[in-house]
Amino acid sequence: MDWVTILLYIALMAFGWISICGASYDFSQGGNFFSFDARSGMQIIWIGTSILLGTIILMLNDRIYDTFSYVIYAILLVLLFITPFLARDIKGSHSWIKIGPFSLQSAEFAKFATALAVAKFMSSYGYNIARWRDFAMTLALIFVPMLLIIAQRETGSALVYFAFFLMLYREGMPGSILFAGISAVVYFVVGVRYAADPLWFTPTSIGEFSVMLLIMAFTLGMIRVYCGKSKILTHLIYWTAGINLTALAFAFYVIPFDIVWVQLPLCIGLGLYLIYISVTARVKKYFYIAMFSLGSLAFFYSVDFVLNNVLEAHQQIRIKVLLGLEDDPTGAGYNVNQAKIAIGSGGLKGKGFLNGTQTKLKYVPEQDTDFIFCTVGEEEGFVGSATVLLLFLTLILRLIHLAERQPYRFGRVYGYCVLSVFLFHLFINVGMVLGLTPVIGIPLPFFSYGGSSLWGFTILLFIFLRIDAARNLAQR
Amino acid sequence: MGKYDFENRKFVIGGAAVFIVIVFLIRLFTLQLMSDDYKKNADSNAFLKRIKYPSRGIITDRNGKLLVYNQPAYDIMVVMREQIGVDTADLCKSLGITPEFYIKRMEEIKDRRRNPGYSSYTQQLFMSQLSAEEFSMFREKLFRFPGFYIQKRAIRQYQHPYAAHVLGDVGEVSPSDIEKDDYYQSGDYIGKLGIERYYEEQLRGEKGIEILLRDAHGRIQGNYMNGKFDKDPIPGKDLTLGLDLKLQALGERLMQGKLGSIVAIEPSTGEILCMISSPTYDPHLMVGRLRGKNHQTLSKDLMKPLLNRAIMGVYPPGSTFKPTQALTFLQEGILTPQTAFPCPHGFHYRGLKVGCHGHASPINLVPALGTSCNAYFCWGLFYMFGNRTKYQNVQEAMTRWKDYMVSMGFGYKLGVDLPGEKRGLIPNAQFYDKAYRGSWNGLTVISISIGQGEVNATPLQIANLAATIANRGYYYVPHVVKSIKGGTLDTLYSRKHYTMVDQKYYNYIVAGMRKAVEGGTCRAANSPNYEVCGKTGTAQNRGHDHSAFMGFAPMNNPKIAIAVYVENGGWGADYGVPLGALMMEQYIMGKLSPASEKKAEEFQNRRINYGNESR
Repeated sequence: MDWVTILLYIALMAFGWISICGASYDFSQGGNFFSFDARSGMQIIWIGTSILLGTIILMLNDRIYDTFSYVIYAILLVLLFITPFLARDIKGSHSWIKIGPFSLQSAEFAKFATALAVAKFMSSYGYNIARWRDFAMTLALIFVPMLLIIAQRETGSALVYFAFFLMLYREGMPGSILFAGISAVVYFVVGVRYAADPLWFTPTSIGEFSVMLLIMAFTLGMIRVYCGKSKILTHLIYWTAGINLTALAFAFYVIPFDIVWVQLPLCIGLGLYLIYISVTARVKKYFYIAMFSLGSLAFFYSVDFVLNNVLEAHQQIRIKVLLGLEDDPTGAGYNVNQAKIAIGSGGLKGKGFLNGTQTKLKYVPEQDTDFIFCTVGEEEGFVGSATVLLLFLTLILRLIHLAERQPYRFGRVYGYCVLSVFLFHLFINVGMVLGLTPVIGIPLPFFSYGGSSLWGFTILLFIFLRIDAARNLAQR
Repeated sequence: MGKYDFENRKFVIGGAAVFIVIVFLIRLFTLQLMSDDYKKNADSNAFLKRIKYPSRGIITDRNGKLLVYNQPAYDIMVVMREQIGVDTADLCKSLGITPEFYIKRMEEIKDRRRNPGYSSYTQQLFMSQLSAEEFSMFREKLFRFPGFYIQKRAIRQYQHPYAAHVLGDVGEVSPSDIEKDDYYQSGDYIGKLGIERYYEEQLRGEKGIEILLRDAHGRIQGNYMNGKFDKDPIPGKDLTLGLDLKLQALGERLMQGKLGSIVAIEPSTGEILCMISSPTYDPHLMVGRLRGKNHQTLSKDLMKPLLNRAIMGVYPPGSTFKPTQALTFLQEGILTPQTAFPCPHGFHYRGLKVGCHGHASPINLVPALGTSCNAYFCWGLFYMFGNRTKYQNVQEAMTRWKDYMVSMGFGYKLGVDLPGEKRGLIPNAQFYDKAYRGSWNGLTVISISIGQGEVNATPLQIANLAATIANRGYYYVPHVVKSIKGGTLDTLYSRKHYTMVDQKYYNYIVAGMRKAVEGGTCRAANSPNYEVCGKTGTAQNRGHDHSAFMGFAPMNNPKIAIAVYVENGGWGADYGVPLGALMMEQYIMGKLSPASEKKAEEFQNRRINYGNESR
């Protein structure tokens, strides 16, 4: 039994409860935090039942999860599938099933089921992630629930499934896939964010210019990593750097022109040249790298096209607000702006428990669920927020430690699924509140109000703790 | 664990987690600790600071007669969210506005650029300053217009149509006012002119504040910390003026149809008894919704009714300036009361000629003042500036002369408690060095000895001269406000300012001014009831001469010192003397005799034609 994790779990929930008290407190009516009319009171029920749930999980036989993982997965898939038919429309999403006085969100429970199924599959005999069929099957296990959740119009919850790629990376998925994914995000953010800013007085867009530079740098970097030092590499570095600098100098001193006109052919030329070497020298790696650089170009320009011509106006605005391109405090950026005001007004030590005005007076939306971190920032200040972040970091690092000590792949994969999900939630949720990541409505584990998410996270975590507790037993 | 184990990747994943948390911590640090903006934003977000306005101090005259008070006015407020479905035609009719005005106003309210504090949940100003009658009519129908509310506020009101220049007015603060003093917020009222402006801090009191909590919809959620930080307003202090309402009223009557000013001072205190600047205007024009329009009309008027000529008009003092010369020459020992100078119809010297009217010659000090002999004072200045035993050069003499003038209240602002006072002009040696490139002497500047040439003074300074002579050598800085209820007047106004001339020399001046009344230029000012001292002035200028008078009464134990200045009024005796006489009679006797009343009426109806030239 890993008491460290359990203590972290309790601490986060307690901190979360205090924040919910603060967030749902009403200045004019005062409030009894233990009344079940208040969200803080309800959260006590959720916390209590979660602890009960955790205890039960810890008492059950650890073999259950291994044995019934596919069954659990199948049940959850059915549940996910029927949810949209049963659920009422709540703010456009069809994800809540009403059971008596309570509403349950099936998507919250699909995470542990998926994690179990993936762990089970990946720990099966003869599984090799490098084998195409095994890898594709794994992806299918991940993407099916994801698509079902998208069908419920819960895009945020669906995106969480990308967290599994972190686990896949740990289990041996080529780092280049992760790298490609991250580069795609970087191209997107940089390219769109600075699309309209000119480079000095030239008609060059800083966004395009930087993405071109990034692509060339990544390409050359990959040659260095995958093919080692070579004369070709040195030549390529000199040539690209030389051409870029010449173009820059020319635009700066002689005629201001769009430097991308030089960079784009240079990029394409680089790709084609790599293909040429791969063919003549019969080195496959060069070909892959060429694919990366040409693919990057294709991706960047298609994103540009999609953003401007395919996405609807409100989606465009959401993305642009996130990237700081639109300033519309009462429109799409309102939430993020208010969140920043709430947190920024907290200062070092915060305004004190129940003294936060921004969160209590409803300036910050969804303050007890998705934007709960605002209350922490406003009432507990930098000290409190940093404490929460460090608690989460400790939890994640602790879980890495636990996952790594599992004797079987099943436990390790499951453990990495758990910590990846937590990390993803932390990254997106807090990043959103701080205005660093897109506004994607997903809860902060153990903090956000809500029974489904708390139960979901508890089950996710405690199954792992149960597996971990049985590790020595299993070894014997 | 085989060799294809990717265990090292745990460091990448752990490192990513650490990296993310570090980025978040940096972000938190910059948001929470590096900038104050978010905190300010949060406060204006959540705290609705509702100002509790104090009542502005009221203003009375020296006898306790009410001059300025506060009157309730009514603003019509609207809550957009609640006013849906109101019969706008009925509303317009009830308020006496056109539907176009209604539509325009509604759009203005909703325009966030013009009305940044707009919220559809809170009261917005729809129409301001309804009178009591308009209000009572509207109130009966108010129930028909949901979402419309009435908010009471106090506006300034004037009991009498007099003393507009002194009283001044209040108006909405300008952006620069707000910048200068963060006490003010947009929409506040501030004294714009006169004592309303000068005593703004005393009159305004101190705003109270009620800190309310406002939610994201603009709804009020109660007092912050149960009103722990709320503050009650402190009412403004009441002012009692030195002004005598009846005297002021008479002065304004007499000055009708003339440009100029009358200023009277109580010599023993420096309190200003009346301050008339003509043309004047009715202070009621500066109240209410029409203030802006009226103000504009007045400011465009060629006769400049908004200008307070008593302190902003700078005129050549003419012969009213002569006593200052006599005092200087006596004190400097240039002449004695017995020194006599010839006056063959003027001052003649090396081709320079300053004319004078016919009187006995040679003449000494007292009769020279009584007949206002130009030559006498020209000779005095000529001997002073030419005296090389006392002064090394003309510059030194000039500097000495200037110091005397300044000690008598000329050349600098006196420091009256009204905004906009002008300092007039007393030239100094540098001034002439520059004008004549160093080559000048007493003859060059001879006209300053008779209050002409470069010398300029405000009517207030001339009246102050009268007070100084009445006091035989000192003055109190003239001031309009006699006392502040619950406050103290600036000590500037309770301090004697001595001139550089000894008291004994003043007696000759008083004698000379008395002689002028008894048998000189000021005969018309003579009164059987009290002894008047006076000095006329006829100031030459580009147009018709200005008519001036300076005097005080009674001669012993003076109660009033006065200066009258009528632009283009001709001889000092034409307007200055009779107006001054009537004013003194009014103040000392408390009323005018029937004969004087008739005379007053005559002068009230006399008009001077000023043409269409801008003044």
